[in-house]
Amino acid sequence: MASSDQLKQHTISLSVENHFGTLNRIAGLFAAKGYNIDSLTVGETEDAAISRMTIVTRGDDQIIEQILKQLNKLIDTIKVVDLTDEAFVDRELALVKVQCTPLTRMEIMQISEIFRTKVVDVSAKTLTIEATGSQLKVDAIINMLKPFGIKELARTGRVAIKREFQSESQ
Amino acid sequence: MLRKSYKEQKQKKEITGFEIFIRCLAAEGVDVIFGYPGASIVGIHDVLYDIEHKNKVKKEIEGTINNNRRNNAMTPTKVYDNHQGKTMTGAEIFVRSLVEEGVETLFGYPGGVVIGIHDVLHDLTHIKHILTRHEQGATHAAEGYAKATGKPGVVLVTSGPGATNTVTGIADAYMDSVPLVVFTGQVITDLIGNDAFQEVDIVGITRPITKHNFLIKDIKDLANTVKAAFYIATTGRPGPVLVDLPKDVLAAKAVFDYPKTISIRTYNPVVEGNSKQIKKAAELLSTSKRPLLYTGGGVISSNASAEVRALADKLHAPITTTLHGLGAYPEQSKLALGMLGMHGTWYSNMAVDQCDVLVAIGARFDDRVTGKVEEFAKNAKKIHIDIDPSAISKNVPVDVPIVGDVKRVLKQLNELVKPLDTKEWLKTIDTWKTEHPLRYKHDDSLRAQYIIHKLGEITDGDAVVVSDVGQSQMWTAQFFKWKHPRTQITSGGLGTMGFSLPASMGAAFGRKDLPVICITGDGGMQMNIQELATISHNKLPIKIFIMNNGYLGMVRQWQEFFWKKRYASTPISSPDFVKVAEAYGIPAKRVTSSAEVEEAIHDALAHKEGPMLVEFIVVKEENVYPMIPAGQTVAEIIESPEPLKQSHASHKTMIHAKG
Repeated sequence: MASSDQLKQHTISLSVENHFGTLNRIAGLFAAKGYNIDSLTVGETEDAAISRMTIVTRGDDQIIEQILKQLNKLIDTIKVVDLTDEAFVDRELALVKVQCTPLTRMEIMQISEIFRTKVVDVSAKTLTIEATGSQLKVDAIINMLKPFGIKELARTGRVAIKREFQSESQ
Repeated sequence: MLRKSYKEQKQKKEITGFEIFIRCLAAEGVDVIFGYPGASIVGIHDVLYDIEHKNKVKKEIEGTINNNRRNNAMTPTKVYDNHQGKTMTGAEIFVRSLVEEGVETLFGYPGGVVIGIHDVLHDLTHIKHILTRHEQGATHAAEGYAKATGKPGVVLVTSGPGATNTVTGIADAYMDSVPLVVFTGQVITDLIGNDAFQEVDIVGITRPITKHNFLIKDIKDLANTVKAAFYIATTGRPGPVLVDLPKDVLAAKAVFDYPKTISIRTYNPVVEGNSKQIKKAAELLSTSKRPLLYTGGGVISSNASAEVRALADKLHAPITTTLHGLGAYPEQSKLALGMLGMHGTWYSNMAVDQCDVLVAIGARFDDRVTGKVEEFAKNAKKIHIDIDPSAISKNVPVDVPIVGDVKRVLKQLNELVKPLDTKEWLKTIDTWKTEHPLRYKHDDSLRAQYIIHKLGEITDGDAVVVSDVGQSQMWTAQFFKWKHPRTQITSGGLGTMGFSLPASMGAAFGRKDLPVICITGDGGMQMNIQELATISHNKLPIKIFIMNNGYLGMVRQWQEFFWKKRYASTPISSPDFVKVAEAYGIPAKRVTSSAEVEEAIHDALAHKEGPMLVEFIVVKEENVYPMIPAGQTVAEIIESPEPLKQSHASHKTMIHAKG
């Protein structure tokens, strides 16, 4: 949807009860109400009874307000924070399997170095690169690697956490 | 007394999941369960069976044993008066035989007996299981019970098709915020996911239509979960909660320890309104020249009718209600404008358009109320009081939101507001009422509006009226004389045809003080018609009024207005409803002219000992007026073509023109 691309992206951090079916409830809410999900990650926190979800979504102010309220309304939701207007750290991880020849291998490794990413697997015809960073950085290295031929790509989606010192700028 | 005695006696004894489950219900004060049995929950019904059949026997036996012990202190228990020669049921005989055999432990079996639960059952004689004839009927009955009484409706059904048959009722309860607790049986936990016989993922199916739902996998969680289910269903914005009970969990054993209170860290509904916001609302109201209260179902579920009446009377503010709000304010009052929205009164919709401050109370700006949302109350500042934060600014942005329980917020608000000078505003509204009343043609031919109008007059509004969906529903909303909260029961949000007959059963179980009248159409009557058996069996004194026009009338009306009168699939044939009723043992009659109406209503109301069905053969093509077509504004309102003949006005806001 062209119009949704122009809507502001919001990063919502959400702590939920680590029950079975909780992810389904939240994903189902987005589906039923017709909200976009750009990415969704979920994992345990320091407390095994609690999971943290990071949802990247888009919408105008009214839709975002409804998303936050609807998420809060779910019984399994402990806390919902829209990080968008706060200082926060976010990271994404991608594993990129790129085609290579003896001629291009060095070039790819140089690109990897520039982005401070790691080569984690190598074969006669491929290199696998692990890239960690902001979404922009991950997008950038993927774009750089595209001309060589990407055989496989796995991305995690965004995880985010609020910065302790809100006075520091991002 | 009941709770105390079973707590003392049984809290630490190991008992089956079936018993724990029934004890949980008892602890919640449940006295009626609507349901349908099945293999996975047969143990629960077994417990209920004992409640109905065995308790009396057990007491007698106990008494006998005690007497024998006293009398035969030296040679205990061998001598036992087994009441031989007395007449008794087969169930009683079975129990007495077991006592004779000295049996101490029993294992569940369909239709069998669990002796170990007898002293529990002694405390639980008030639970009665009502056998409906379809699980959908059970859920609607529970809704009717909840709406009529304010207590949660409880449903117990089996797995698979039993569970899926509850889905419509659950969705209905979700849309209308009805506190419902639905217990479904489930296959044993080891078989879940195996496509086992009568297995269905009911928790997955009902996730988007319940306030919350649970699958219990461990008997240790059973008591807490039942407690949580009732807590969630009845607090905050009420709604349905489903609990899925695998058979092996019910069959397992555990120590019973029912929690007295429960707190859920993730669920703390806000009930107290923010006092700053309430002050702001009072300030906004103090500037108003043309205030309007717009009240919804939240007023009824919060039991805030008295507070709403106090607010309207203090402000001298007119009041319009949604379909579910009817009864919060007496419709005969000068301030009452009746229902608003698509089939609301002309003057209530005009008042919404012209008001300068709109106070939405426990209402959610549904599309059937607002029409074109951008134009709704466009001249007004808006105050919105609701317990559900997500209902606020969902459809219509508001100026002063107040999250909280309607009753509590209004109590505070009523202290702060001052009487307003609304004489001009009320005068305008009075003129509108005179010039654009609700009206219908009245002649020899029979019309549903006239029947409902007369019913309102004859009962003087002292009745619980359960309506179905469609034209008869809208006419009921328009023409009945609403006076009391919790007397108007209908399916609003979901618009579930077939709702009224089973819902009226629930209402009849819940309310013995008022007559219960079911108003349905020939279409709605044929959905869930099987519940006539439940009504007949329980001799429920429901008056079933069928408005038979041979059409699915509301859809036909839309076809007339918007589809060039192409009546596709809307003509509907019916059985002979009088004969059907008689086959169920329900007295019935047919009324074909308006002259017979009053007598028929009087006769039906006089028949107090059981149900009665009256089939009214009404004119075939009649429309509900006024009507604001979907998504349009009050400017597009379609009024009744009937000319005004005020000499025949029978009511301030309602006249019928003699044709």
